[in-house]
Amino acid sequence: MTLRRLHVLVTGTSSDAHTWNLMYLQLALEEAGHEVTNLGPCVPDDLLTETCVRLRPDTLVISSVNGHGHTDAARAAAVVRHDPRHDAMPIIVGGLLGTAGNPNADHAPALRAAGVTAVLEKDDLPKLMRLLAETRAAAPAPATATATAAATAAAAATAATAAGRELEGAR
Amino acid sequence: MTAPPETGFAGAIHNTRRAGLVVVQPRMGFAEPSAMRAGLVAVRDARATTVGTITLDSYTRVGDLHSARTAVRTRTRLNGYPLCTHPDDTTRSMLSEVYRPGFPIQIRHGSARPRHIIEAMARIGLDATEGGPVSYCLPYGRTPLRSAVNEWSAACDRLAEMSTPERPAHLESFGGCMLGQMCPPSLLVAIAVLEGLFFAQHRVPSISLSYAQQTQPEQDLEALAALRRLIGELLPDLDVHVVLYTYMGVFPRTRAGSSALLDESARIAVFGGAERLIVKTVMESVRIPDVADNVAAVERAEREVRCSQQMRAAGRHPWAPSESGLYEEARTMIDTVRSLDPDLGIALHIAFRRGLLDIPYCLHPDTQGRTRSRVGPDGRLEWAHVGSLPIDGPRPAGHAVGAQELTSMLNYVADRFDSTVAVR
Ligand code: B12
Repeated sequence: MTLRRLHVLVTGTSSDAHTWNLMYLQLALEEAGHEVTNLGPCVPDDLLTETCVRLRPDTLVISSVNGHGHTDAARAAAVVRHDPRHDAMPIIVGGLLGTAGNPNADHAPALRAAGVTAVLEKDDLPKLMRLLAETRAAAPAPATATATAAATAAAAATAATAAGRELEGAR
Repeated sequence: MTAPPETGFAGAIHNTRRAGLVVVQPRMGFAEPSAMRAGLVAVRDARATTVGTITLDSYTRVGDLHSARTAVRTRTRLNGYPLCTHPDDTTRSMLSEVYRPGFPIQIRHGSARPRHIIEAMARIGLDATEGGPVSYCLPYGRTPLRSAVNEWSAACDRLAEMSTPERPAHLESFGGCMLGQMCPPSLLVAIAVLEGLFFAQHRVPSISLSYAQQTQPEQDLEALAALRRLIGELLPDLDVHVVLYTYMGVFPRTRAGSSALLDESARIAVFGGAERLIVKTVMESVRIPDVADNVAAVERAEREVRCSQQMRAAGRHPWAPSESGLYEEARTMIDTVRSLDPDLGIALHIAFRRGLLDIPYCLHPDTQGRTRSRVGPDGRLEWAHVGSLPIDGPRPAGHAVGAQELTSMLNYVADRFDSTVAVR
């Protein structure tokens, strides 16, 4: 069986300017065989929702390290979940979500209540890969030889720029 | 040069410089006024020559004052002090008795659109901050560079207007840091100097230019020497000092490794001739540091500064500065940018659009993103691809950095300090 490449949307949160986390995630996910659109840092809610509608990614990965992630990611997940078209899309959150150095799991109940599927710790990258592999296995096999038009377009755009630099919708 | 200022942030630096001291400063910010005050008092009373810092939170930084208000109302922890959300009187009483001529305080934030912050400072009577049209834009989100240039022009004009000869406003460029890691020193120095020239164009009366510790002390000393030489050549009539930042990239995970990295930065500050050092704490890789963490860091840095000063007085030098042509590279970039337009704001914008300035690994859409850097075999931070920069250097065809290579470069310093300490 040929598995369809997953299209993963990687995004920072509205108040978080850090980018090395986003760049690293993009490279690691691409190397694992996924297609990645990287929305970049400081993503306002409407850019996120608009991009989800336009690109219909298979999975949304929210990364935050500035300590506001526990509130910002909850708000972001809630606005995305507002649209029933994204009901089936996993939302995975990770990074350094609070300011007190405690585990991200402490913030999981509130994040899940807001619609987040999984809250991962800073070094849970293997688990992220596993969750994506499961999503991929569960995804319908490609009807034709192509993924969705949007994913293909995004992949072409990504390939056209230097590695890790595609900043969707930034202009 | 005009007579040195007597009071305010600028005046305090002058007094310590005269006394041959290095000012040590934390990167500290807490949401609660009582905690912020306690932190400032503790830093003032620490066994070190200090100035105070109020680091603002990320909501205030991006201008999302609604979220800052909600957080204050619901007592959600923030990553800094929400200056524009607490009533001015709350901030005034937070500062009362602490903020005095002998203990200046700087507002650090990271805002590409800083007007609300500068206005709050003006109302409250705070005279020192940090920023820059490039350095507070490209590493800090998606604000277009053109808007950041306009906003920082207005901010600089406002700071100039707030100034009096006795109490000049002070502005520090963050240009010596950029993304915190992986930016070759010549480019850091060029951006800091260009921002200094931008501040001078807008008549900000007192400025400092930064440089962040990178991967190799010999190279850092060469960079600091280049920075000081360029200040002498290009900003001779202005009140300017140099501020060194303890390493700004991925920090060691062990206490011992973090402390050793802090010590090294204090030595670099002394042997590189910086007037001020901004420290990091042993909690850097874990969480927002608390008051005790900050006090421990400034006191430790002060001890190391004094040790290094004694070493220097005894004629002992731990490192010989490298001679890699860093000054020439920085100077070429600065001259190229200045030749683009008499208005430095416009020149900076054109330079980034054409790739004449280009920060490696920067995601911001207003940079070309063609340059790449790497940690060389000898531990120096070097160019892997110079893109369209107006300098000589490698321009290889089609080398992409992978996830593994990126992490090992980002962790180079952390690993070096964690492991040397472990074997000891
Ligand atoms: C470099 C850096 C910066 C640079 C960022 C430049 C840039 N454009 O990226 C600069 C200097 C500009 C900066 C600024 C700030 N920073 Co900073 N920064 C760091 C630093 C030193 C390294 C981060 C880094 O680059 N790591 C490399 C990447 C590859 O690793 P990573 O980010 O940890 O991500 C990894 C994991 O977390 C994980 N991961 C990330 N996301 C996800 C998601 C999932 C699903 C999974 C599974 C895993 C995962 O995978 C990544 C690879 O292993 C850290 C401290 C440290 N770690 O040493 C502080 C740190 C993250 N910064 C911090 C703060 C507070 C700020 C500021 C907000 C300060 C302020 N108040 O103004 C500002 C402003 C930024 C903002 N508003 O968001 C705090 C956050 C505190 C907290 N959460 O408790 C830290 C921890 C420092 C500290 N102790 O105070 N910063």
